[in-house]
Amino acid sequence: MIETLFPNVDWPKMWEATVETIYMTALSTFFTLVIGLVLGVLLFLSSPGQLWANKFANVVTGAFVNIFRSIPFIILIILLIPFTKFLLGTIRGPDAAMPALIIGAAPFYGRMVLIALQEIDKGVIEAAKSMGAKTRTIIFKVLLPESMPALISGITVTSIALVGYTAMAGIIGAGGLGTLAFLDGFQRNRGDVTLAATIIILIIVFIIQFIGDFAARKMDKR
Amino acid sequence: MIHLSNINKQYGDGSDRITAVKDVSLEIADGEIFGVIGYSGAGKSTLIRLLNGLEMPTSGSVQIGKLEISAIKGKQLREARQKVSMIFQHFNLLWSRTVKENIAFPLEIAGVQKADREKKVAELIELVGLAGRENAYPSELSGGQKQRVGIARALANDPEVLLCDEATSALDPETTDSILDLLTGINERLGLTIVLITHEMHVIRKICHRVAVMEAGEVVELGDVLEVFQSPQAPITKRFVTQITEPVEVKQALAHIKEELPTGTLIKLVFVGEQTEQPVLAGLIRKFDVDVNIVQGNISHTHSGAYGSLILQLVGDEATIEEAIRYLHEKDVQTEVISND
Repeated sequence: MIETLFPNVDWPKMWEATVETIYMTALSTFFTLVIGLVLGVLLFLSSPGQLWANKFANVVTGAFVNIFRSIPFIILIILLIPFTKFLLGTIRGPDAAMPALIIGAAPFYGRMVLIALQEIDKGVIEAAKSMGAKTRTIIFKVLLPESMPALISGITVTSIALVGYTAMAGIIGAGGLGTLAFLDGFQRNRGDVTLAATIIILIIVFIIQFIGDFAARKMDKR
Repeated sequence: MIHLSNINKQYGDGSDRITAVKDVSLEIADGEIFGVIGYSGAGKSTLIRLLNGLEMPTSGSVQIGKLEISAIKGKQLREARQKVSMIFQHFNLLWSRTVKENIAFPLEIAGVQKADREKKVAELIELVGLAGRENAYPSELSGGQKQRVGIARALANDPEVLLCDEATSALDPETTDSILDLLTGINERLGLTIVLITHEMHVIRKICHRVAVMEAGEVVELGDVLEVFQSPQAPITKRFVTQITEPVEVKQALAHIKEELPTGTLIKLVFVGEQTEQPVLAGLIRKFDVDVNIVQGNISHTHSGAYGSLILQLVGDEATIEEAIRYLHEKDVQTEVISND
């Protein structure tokens, strides 16, 4: 049955590409999470009236986030080619896609972290201060736990966007399902290969969404 | 315990400059329940935040015990805050933590070991009457229960001063009373100094020893609660006192009785302390040939004694009424003729 529907699909190759896509998505999501949290917390704490209120830091971080969030991803990949080459010595393969994926997604997530933190009741932060909490305590025991559902929804959305980014990166040779769909499917005019790759990408997206929704719901005690 | 001297607090610069607190000097004694009353924008929120360094004065000094709060910062200020804790109008609990974990939070901040933390939390839960709700999340609690968690959390590090920022303003009257009882109990049992701010005279009346009335950043009146109730000086204080002694129905009753019996004299009697237990009125009726209509009566119990007010209409000839009023003065009852306009 599958043989007749997808006559041209080389399944072991398809599996290899799937693993590459999952690898790229997982690794870039991890780094995006870490860098995005740092950016978001910095943006939040340096904004007026907050613990580290600092106009200069706020403007610099804000500008960095806004610039990299605004560059279309496909252009960002091209712009980052020299940087990637310098960093990894190559511009091909899943690892070479990493700088572009992270630099494209982290500022986007950083902005979502900022929005999540702004939703926290100011009174709770004041209460922690009134108990004599250090800034580090406020970050790790108040800001992050109190915004956890929004942080999880944010990383879910970002991670799904990253699946899309890996496919785009695939077109310029990062590997994964994007490369397969483009080279084997589109360029050799084998529609079934493109279709199979698409279905697998959809399944990956659904699984991420499911896990994200479940975790966000589980964390929310409001 | 607490000394405020010549506190000024301004926000903004130049033409946007706002004075929130203006030349306030106060002394609050050890173990006292001290109330600050004022309408919103009177500067009371700023004043209470000066006491734990959440706000720093523009000029003047804040001293708690031997520590000058307005002169310290960093680690020293953070440690001082563990001894000057605070509860809030909207409770400000962490929704992501259970009751137990919320109460443990200040202990975590103070670096208390886990076993000691659990012991202290269990004691506090017992103290504020939340046994059985340890593992509930704040979203599962009523307003009164949330404030109990807030109080337990504030007591975790054995503070010397408890600051209450409109702690009962979001609660219904019954819950307010139970929280006020809890605060009084804590004050008596632990000898804690309590400073509270509110816009409800009821709260002041029920638990405070002394009160400061604030208007436009200034303390316009200061004294024992009973004294302030008995003879309020500033117009705003009078308004606050009538919040309790003359509810809206009284005005309606007065208007009605003036229509019915335009000839009588309306007088308001004020009783304080033991006089509230004396049968002054019976004596008046027996001695004088006047008809007495009771328009409204009210006894409020303050922390340092009872305070009663009674509005009467006296019908009779003028000379007798004057004599009757003189009789009341002899009995140390303050009177005030309410004019017929």
